[in-house]
Amino acid sequence: MNQVKASGFTKQMARNMFYGGSVFFILVFIALIFDSERKIPMRSNAEAITPAVISGKKLWETRNCIGCHTLLGEGAYFAPELGNVYKRRGPEFIKAWIASQPTNIPGRRQMPQFNFTEAQLNDLVEFLRWTSNVNTENWPPNIEG
Amino acid sequence: MQATTLKYKSQAVAKYYFVAALVLFAAQIIFGLTLGLQYVIGDLAFPYIPFNQARMVHTNLLIVWLLFGFMGSAYYLVPEESETELYSPRLAMVLFWVFLAAGALTIVGYLAVPYAKLAELTGNELLGTMGREFLEQPLPTKVGIVVVCLAFLFNITMTVLKGRKTSISLVLLMGLWGLALMFLFSFVNPDNLVRDKMYWWFVVHLWVEGVWELIMGALLAFVLIKTTGVDREVIDKWLYVIIAMALITGILGTGHHFFFIGMPGYWLWVGSIFSAMEPIPFFMMTVFAFNMVQRRRRDHPNQAALLWAVGTSVMAFLGAGLWGFMHTLAPVNYYTHGTQLTAAHGHLAFYGAYVLVVIAMISYAMPTLRGREANSHRAQAFEMWSFWIMTISMGLMVLALTGAGILQVWLQRMPTEGAMSFMQTQDQLRFFYWLRVAGGVTFLLGLLTYLYSFFAAPGTHEDEARVPNGMLHRRVKAA
Repeated sequence: MNQVKASGFTKQMARNMFYGGSVFFILVFIALIFDSERKIPMRSNAEAITPAVISGKKLWETRNCIGCHTLLGEGAYFAPELGNVYKRRGPEFIKAWIASQPTNIPGRRQMPQFNFTEAQLNDLVEFLRWTSNVNTENWPPNIEG
Repeated sequence: MQATTLKYKSQAVAKYYFVAALVLFAAQIIFGLTLGLQYVIGDLAFPYIPFNQARMVHTNLLIVWLLFGFMGSAYYLVPEESETELYSPRLAMVLFWVFLAAGALTIVGYLAVPYAKLAELTGNELLGTMGREFLEQPLPTKVGIVVVCLAFLFNITMTVLKGRKTSISLVLLMGLWGLALMFLFSFVNPDNLVRDKMYWWFVVHLWVEGVWELIMGALLAFVLIKTTGVDREVIDKWLYVIIAMALITGILGTGHHFFFIGMPGYWLWVGSIFSAMEPIPFFMMTVFAFNMVQRRRRDHPNQAALLWAVGTSVMAFLGAGLWGFMHTLAPVNYYTHGTQLTAAHGHLAFYGAYVLVVIAMISYAMPTLRGREANSHRAQAFEMWSFWIMTISMGLMVLALTGAGILQVWLQRMPTEGAMSFMQTQDQLRFFYWLRVAGGVTFLLGLLTYLYSFFAAPGTHEDEARVPNGMLHRRVKAA
């Protein structure tokens, strides 16, 4: 089994490197995740997660917003970043915009009409407001997202 | 029609998986073209197929067909490596139909019903897991994926346990178990968006930049052993070093997704340093593939399979390695995060690493599943053409998206004041988006060429007796 090459590096050594390296870095990763879990509440302003924010997040998810937009830079790249949209546009603009879709301008990208109630629009705005206050290491570089 | 060159009868189940994979692949590309067109003709197909629906279908089809490809590969590879029949070919066939039906139903659901309605119908209220990128599947589909994966893993694990245990089957098993294990995090969706995103990456990153690399390494090693005849000992050693580097860099490399989503600042360092090393295993894979071809002990009649295998190693290095490295350092990613550069990297990495490795496996296995060691020269010529057409087309798409991404960063991200808005910027990128559509169209032509190779008759100049093995056998038998 042991095929000793000129370098003396055997398959067993390669295998040990795989198991040892993987287990070591898995443990380091788990430790860092535990530490992150402790710090996330402060960095994300978790006590500000009201029922409205949670409801807004559910609306965000069940309308598949991520299928066109990015949120904190993640998602599809077809429509504007919304992590900081609250700061860019403000609550009233956001609600009016969503309510007026689609624009039906020929050739332009279209956003569906979701027929939200006023309460739902408020929840969505609350979710986006909370998101805009997450500590993102100053990302995005400017207000345009 | 029992295949003459199959070492184990039960390997034949792989054929179903491969055919399904390729059909879904074709569907994925059709939806990709739709998306590419929607970038330049914004209201195309609206309101019938809005962008988000088409995108969900495009990405989910990719995942599903790659899973079909991995499963088919495992059903083919494991009996041969273990030198024993599959534990239960019947279970493999049942799972095939279950998985295909579940996948098809999900896609129909995406297209036929508004997403919010789909969520309502499928019990998203019980456990809200939908509406997150790539994990859009309704709860029953997610549960179905887990059940199918577990039953599949049971089947191949039992096969390995009752037979010979090789490094390749062991690594493949670890990769597949890891795949199933990490998918369980798709059920974790905390109310806190930051925690939601963190666990989301446990699935997405630790799949494609983690356990999938084990699967890829094992499949590549298998195809190389078969086509080059190089000593297993040498290949195993390479395989272990490659996957060691993949996990050593890739696990903490998860940090390159944690830069700007609300995670602690130290991830900027951890993520940058470790993900900057993620190209190493891919580079080693390239060296490995070329090295094995150079040291080959036989000239396998299936030269197309070898091209796909070597192509995988090169394109994976370019897509996952180079294009990933380009924007993985935190100070760079600060500007490029969530731009078309991400899309460029995503396309080339998935194509180079996972699409090509599955096709390499199909290319090697399919002729044997159809009763010959290799396809006719003419069929192989079609395959090789399709490799180049698809690869060059993907190259064009990726260069176009890279150009779009650089311009987007320049116009929208770099200016400290007076930056262009997102939509203004998009208007400036139209040239690149059209170029991407062109690449998409030729990619589809390449794919059609590939699909045609399965039906291509031997060339007129090809004496049937000269066609590698199988054909000859069949003629002798017939005589």
